[in-house]
Amino acid sequence: MALLEVRGVSKAFRGLRAVQSVSFDVAEGAIAAMIGPNGAGKTTCFNVIAGVFAPDTGTVSLGGRAITGLHPHLVCRAGVGRTFQVVKPFPQMSVLDNVVVGALNASARVADARREARRVLELLHLQEKRGALAASLTLPERKRLEVARAMATRPRLLLLDEVMAGLRPTEVDEMVGVFRRINRETGLTILLIEHVMRAVMALAGRVVVLHHGEKICEGAPEEVVRDPAVLECYLGEEAL
Amino acid sequence: MTPDLIANVVIAGLLTGLVYGLMALGLSVIFGVVRVVNFAHGEMMTIAMYAAVILFGAFGLDPLLAVVPVAVAFFGFGYALQSALINPFITRPEHSQFMLLVAVALIMVNALLMIFGPDARSVQVDYQLESYAIGPILIDKARLLAAGMAVATSAALFAFFRLSLVGKAIRACADNHLGAQVVGLNVKRLYALTFGVGSACVAVAGCMMILLVDVTPVLGPAYTLLAFVIVIVGGLGSMPGALLGGVLIGVSEALAGLLIVPSAKSMFSFALLILVLLFRPQGLLGKRT
Amino acid sequence: MSPERRAAILLTLLGAALVALPWLAGSYVLSVATLILFFAYTGQAWNVMMGFAGQLSLGHSLYVGLGAYAAAGLFFHYGIGPWAGVWLAIAACVAAGAVIGFLAFRFGISGVYFALLTIAFAEFTRIGFDHIQWLGGPGGLFIKVEQREAWDLLDLRGTPRMFYYVMLALTTGAFALCAWLLRSRAGYYWQAIRENEEAAQALGINTFRWKMLAVVISAAMTAVSGVFFAFYYNNLFPEQIFHISRSIEIILGPIIGGLGTLFGPILGAAVLTILADGITELMALAGLEIPGVKQVFYGLCLLVVVMFLPHGIWPTIARRLGLTRR
Repeated sequence: MALLEVRGVSKAFRGLRAVQSVSFDVAEGAIAAMIGPNGAGKTTCFNVIAGVFAPDTGTVSLGGRAITGLHPHLVCRAGVGRTFQVVKPFPQMSVLDNVVVGALNASARVADARREARRVLELLHLQEKRGALAASLTLPERKRLEVARAMATRPRLLLLDEVMAGLRPTEVDEMVGVFRRINRETGLTILLIEHVMRAVMALAGRVVVLHHGEKICEGAPEEVVRDPAVLECYLGEEAL
Repeated sequence: MTPDLIANVVIAGLLTGLVYGLMALGLSVIFGVVRVVNFAHGEMMTIAMYAAVILFGAFGLDPLLAVVPVAVAFFGFGYALQSALINPFITRPEHSQFMLLVAVALIMVNALLMIFGPDARSVQVDYQLESYAIGPILIDKARLLAAGMAVATSAALFAFFRLSLVGKAIRACADNHLGAQVVGLNVKRLYALTFGVGSACVAVAGCMMILLVDVTPVLGPAYTLLAFVIVIVGGLGSMPGALLGGVLIGVSEALAGLLIVPSAKSMFSFALLILVLLFRPQGLLGKRT
Repeated sequence: MSPERRAAILLTLLGAALVALPWLAGSYVLSVATLILFFAYTGQAWNVMMGFAGQLSLGHSLYVGLGAYAAAGLFFHYGIGPWAGVWLAIAACVAAGAVIGFLAFRFGISGVYFALLTIAFAEFTRIGFDHIQWLGGPGGLFIKVEQREAWDLLDLRGTPRMFYYVMLALTTGAFALCAWLLRSRAGYYWQAIRENEEAAQALGINTFRWKMLAVVISAAMTAVSGVFFAFYYNNLFPEQIFHISRSIEIILGPIIGGLGTLFGPILGAAVLTILADGITELMALAGLEIPGVKQVFYGLCLLVVVMFLPHGIWPTIARRLGLTRR
């Protein structure tokens, strides 16, 4: 059962075609990855799904319901949580309060939201920092905060934009472990944009490859990394 | 309401508008490059007017000549202001810098009040009473000279930015702050230079304005708002836009003063500001960012 | 002792001192205190929009003026007392705020442009009211001053002591309201919008609706201070009440005290008013009476705070008093 259905999505910016007729599905409860060289259109795809831009053509559906072109906050309320490639914490608010903002999407009462926020912070190993100002966090911590905040909105689909960038291999493994656990325990569907192949291979059940705005390959990770087109444009022969 | 009367009013408005335009040009240059909203712009204009009054009173120096020392002094002042007060806080959020200049404006207006008192001051030169007659049109000599100086200064400014090396460097800064730094331009110094140049414009405009109106300390905020209306209507970052906006505002204020209650004429400017902010924020000649 | 406990105790002490003030101090101190409370209250109202939601309004004098004229007009022409008049005042300000907010937020105007928009509306209204003869025009609107010995709360005619307590009640109410708002969903959402509007949207926040709410609440609260102003000073002039220097006076307290904090606007108003009055008194002693000194002082304070204490003076003091966790 596909939770996310992207059909024929195209988006151009003043003549530059960022995304061209991209279609793919993400099954419910699955973890999928979107890879490709820089400028391939991955973040633009995310932005279309998340409602930041309306696509020029094509549709996006979540759980059978069309969400194409909805405002970002409505997309979130429909069940999509997202992180940003360049993290956007609320710097003058505490770590806990940052996540509470997210949790308020699902909980009407502040007390419930705070409880939920604490729970999510524990999942991402940020509970000790909950009283600190977000501005005081290191970059890896800010990335975890971004994920926690998005997760607190109780999404059905979580869009992760390069959350592993800049992390050490041990930190990558830790994050992979967290996502695996969450996916297993709650069935949260995850779509991630990643360059860190270590994480892609460990997490993704399905990989979509974009190049110059078009989908050039799709399949299980083992197949995709052996695909000649993918090797040529992105991975290189030594990637394996 | 004869056509002659309207023509006279329009021409007077046009000439005054050119002086407004020069004032706004200074603001446009500062905002276009340094991206600082100079809330003290009108106050600086007022100080220039007082400077002209003092120079005239003490030395009998005609404002047309006083522009030179006043502009030089203002260049230095603007340079110092940017270097000492604004450059160190460039990384702060936008509204911080704005509040900084609100504070400066507040200090300036009230310092003027403390020094000069609330009464109006003016200069009295002979040619303020003369006018040229072209058919039925009567053009005030003082207004014509003031407008002429405004145009000459604007032309000099255009030439500076188009032709000189420093001017081009400043334009590069405005276009691409990071890129300018990457190619080795000393951005902070260029910002200070720009603020200095913008201030010098205001200085000239002020010296010209005193030929047309009397000065009181409370003119400051009014001119600041006027400068903003002109720059936003004409287009932020567009130098011809500032002049065009100035002329438009000058003429429309003059006409509004004629056709509706004179004291309500600035309402028109504010209504125009609101409309432009809402429907065409890049102004008439500005570039959409 | 936990920070909350400490804060509660200090607040109670302060509250008691303020209630007892009229018995301890003379009429001059009382009038200064009333002025402090006026600016504290209005600053609190402005703080909701800027400190909480991050929308810079430099035209708040619009709401003070509209509120004042609405209530004063009703009283002057129809004898309708302020307790009824305040509702018209609030309605007028809510409408004005809604218009400004809607226009600004629908058209994506923010930051400094939004500030300019608020200034333009205030100035437009100032000049407009100069031409409304029904409300006195530039000559001003005067309410009969009846210095009664008794308190006429219904018509707000009475002793300075009465006005002091009215303002104290308003300020306390505003403090409580802001405290409640800050801890509510609105508070969290407003701060999120202030910190990063794009991220806030991605978390399901309808930023347009919440920004409008901040503007409207702020306007409504400020309307009440306008009503107080009208009945306390008994005369209204468009040139004064809508003037941009009034708008700037309103924001000085919150900025110097601490933007976005609960106690900042109150502390800022107190510090500024007391120091400014002190300076005026000193100069009077020296035989000097120079107009503009107070404002230069305000400008210098603002300059120093913006440059060196961007969070205002309250956060540092609060930390010293042990009222915060960090």
